[in-house]
Amino acid sequence: MKRREAVGAMAMAALTAAFKWTPAEAQRAATLAREALTATTPFAPAFFTPHEWDTVRVLADLVIPKDERSGSATEAGVPEYMDFMMTDRPDGQVPMRGGLAWLDNEVYERLGKTFVAATPQEQTTILDEIAWPKKAKPEMSQGVAFFNMFRDMTASGFWTSKMGITDLNYQGNTFVAEWKGCPPEALQKLGVRYGD
Amino acid sequence: MRLATQSSPVDVLIVGSGAGGGMATYALTRAGVNVTVLEAGGPWDNTTDSAMFTWPYQSPRRGASTKDRPFGEFDGCIGGWDIPGEPYTVARGDKFRWWRARMVGGRTNHWGRISLRFGPRDFKAKTFDGLGDDWPISYDDVAPYYDKLEQLVGVFGSKENVPNAPDSIFLPAPKPRCYELLVLDAARRLNVTCIPARLSILTRPLNGRAACHYCGQCNRGCKTNSNFSSTNVLIAPALKTGKLTLRTNAMVREITLDRTGRASGVIYIDTTDGSEHHIEARVVVLAASACETSRLLLNSKSPSFPNGLANGSGTVGKYLTDTTGTDAGGFVPKMMDPVPHNHDGVGGMHVYMPWWLDNKKLDFPRGYHIEVWGGTGLPEAGFGGGIQEQNGGGYGKQLKNDYRRYYGAYVGFSGRGEMIPNDGSYCEIDPRVVDKWGIPVLRFHWKFTDHEYLQVKHMQETFRALITEMGGTPWGNMPSKEDGYGIAAGGVIIHELGGARMGADPKTSVVNSNCQTHEVKNLFVADGSPFTSQADKNPTWTIMALSMRTSEYIAAQLKARTL
Repeated sequence: MKRREAVGAMAMAALTAAFKWTPAEAQRAATLAREALTATTPFAPAFFTPHEWDTVRVLADLVIPKDERSGSATEAGVPEYMDFMMTDRPDGQVPMRGGLAWLDNEVYERLGKTFVAATPQEQTTILDEIAWPKKAKPEMSQGVAFFNMFRDMTASGFWTSKMGITDLNYQGNTFVAEWKGCPPEALQKLGVRYGD
Repeated sequence: MRLATQSSPVDVLIVGSGAGGGMATYALTRAGVNVTVLEAGGPWDNTTDSAMFTWPYQSPRRGASTKDRPFGEFDGCIGGWDIPGEPYTVARGDKFRWWRARMVGGRTNHWGRISLRFGPRDFKAKTFDGLGDDWPISYDDVAPYYDKLEQLVGVFGSKENVPNAPDSIFLPAPKPRCYELLVLDAARRLNVTCIPARLSILTRPLNGRAACHYCGQCNRGCKTNSNFSSTNVLIAPALKTGKLTLRTNAMVREITLDRTGRASGVIYIDTTDGSEHHIEARVVVLAASACETSRLLLNSKSPSFPNGLANGSGTVGKYLTDTTGTDAGGFVPKMMDPVPHNHDGVGGMHVYMPWWLDNKKLDFPRGYHIEVWGGTGLPEAGFGGGIQEQNGGGYGKQLKNDYRRYYGAYVGFSGRGEMIPNDGSYCEIDPRVVDKWGIPVLRFHWKFTDHEYLQVKHMQETFRALITEMGGTPWGNMPSKEDGYGIAAGGVIIHELGGARMGADPKTSVVNSNCQTHEVKNLFVADGSPFTSQADKNPTWTIMALSMRTSEYIAAQLKARTL
């Protein structure tokens, strides 16, 4: 089929030329993502201090850990994503830096050590107090606001990574020769069907 | 320093290359007329510049917005609400935001490709309810141009015979997505008309353009030109005729006049080096967008036009409207734990709801249509944001699994309705502020009345009823009266119309029924500015039909040597 060949060729051209069309950052992104995934050279954060970097890595993996379906936030390059966004959107710097400091202050008051130095159980004890906005005590409101932001950034970074998109089983962003609607299983699940 | 750029006048000079300018360019070059187009922004070609098929992880930003791509870095439209060096001002206490595109194709690189004909009633709405003004032309005057437009550009849809939502010459509509069937069922139970969408995306090959491949990324610009953009569907073929000279980075400052009071050309600034140029033309067509066209006319002052060119009526910049808009979304439990499948579809909704009610039984005039969104799309920056509003929050394996379960488990509705022109909504030249080229900028005034507020209230009530009917829970509470029931600020829907409105009476309008200014015979307007009224439809389709109509008039007049 001539048309089929033609559309196939277009799809191939589109895929192979992908890098050329993306902004210049895409190049850097690909490099970053590869570095983050293979970890051949240690990543040097542009925004986070070494201590903040350690905290971010621990915290991100507490938010999205490895499970039977996919890896953890750090394995998906989430801390690197956060570091980039901090320089890309400077408005987020104070809430991030301040929130990490708030977390350390809170743990230090209680245990005399930093968040990363605390045991996993001690870490989750504090998270339990800020991760559930409706159940949190009023005096924890700053921690709740920080954790809402940090959870959002972790999710944004994780689920837009190759690992995250594969985990979600997203099947699009591709060439579909003919649109036939949704498959019967999907319709059945929603209790809907196509008419005549 | 002013430089002359050509030795003899061009036939037709068009300011702007978007929907209106692109169509004028296409139609006039087809008619054998030599055309020069001045575009304020830079070059763009979807076949080479689009980010189609890019994965979010190919950028460190994961698709988040940038300064010149407010709708995401992969978006195919360069521009925004705030362009460096090109300010505008808003009167104290008013709210207005002005979106501008700066690229070949203008805002056709941005729009949702919702392509709706205005209906017979939309041209004569005052006759029905006494508000605003009737157009000097009727649906029958425009219908032949809608026909030609649809055969040229292509639009999918279905024959439905909905009152005042005329059917087009349609390509087949794509089947609804699964969640859209859920919306259809809910709408049916609530007696809300819900029909296949009408978008200018090709579901069959047309005029050498390939059919859609259903990647859902029309907003990034289509590399196969399967959707409409002025850039690749109008400008590109016009260039092939050899009749078009396209100058990009050309910011027009002023329209010039000759001694007899005819337009003689324009002065523009080459934004790459700041140099100023005068270009002469036999006919000038303004298609710079409703507000930019008003600005150009108001800034073109002369002894014979002290208040701005073609502004003897004092109505340039007046009768400015935007579409009314508000949105609501909600969580739909039935859509949790989705069955994995690709339902990207076309780059937009497959179903929509045209206006379906009788205003006699309502407390507001005119109508709105409803756009539909939801489901499991391509994850991009912001994915899963605010999940605590749905699942309470948390972290760890439970949270990770919640993200999967809630993925795409929502629907949303956007109401887009008709605003009535009012005396408090207009633009004028700011007496103090100039842009970086020294061109005086616009100052906006904006007021909504109860006509708009009550209409938007009705939208919110309808959306919430639909979500509830689907077994869902709306996000957030119904916006209060104090919050204007959630009405979007003026300009935010990016459907500005008016400013050089059409009318039979030169005392109360700027252009005649051919979009020719009453006062300067060789000056025409071919964008959203001649609209006498809004409608409950997106304006682009009518902008193009009118531009085609005006262009045919210009070509005929040039041929008859009467211009």
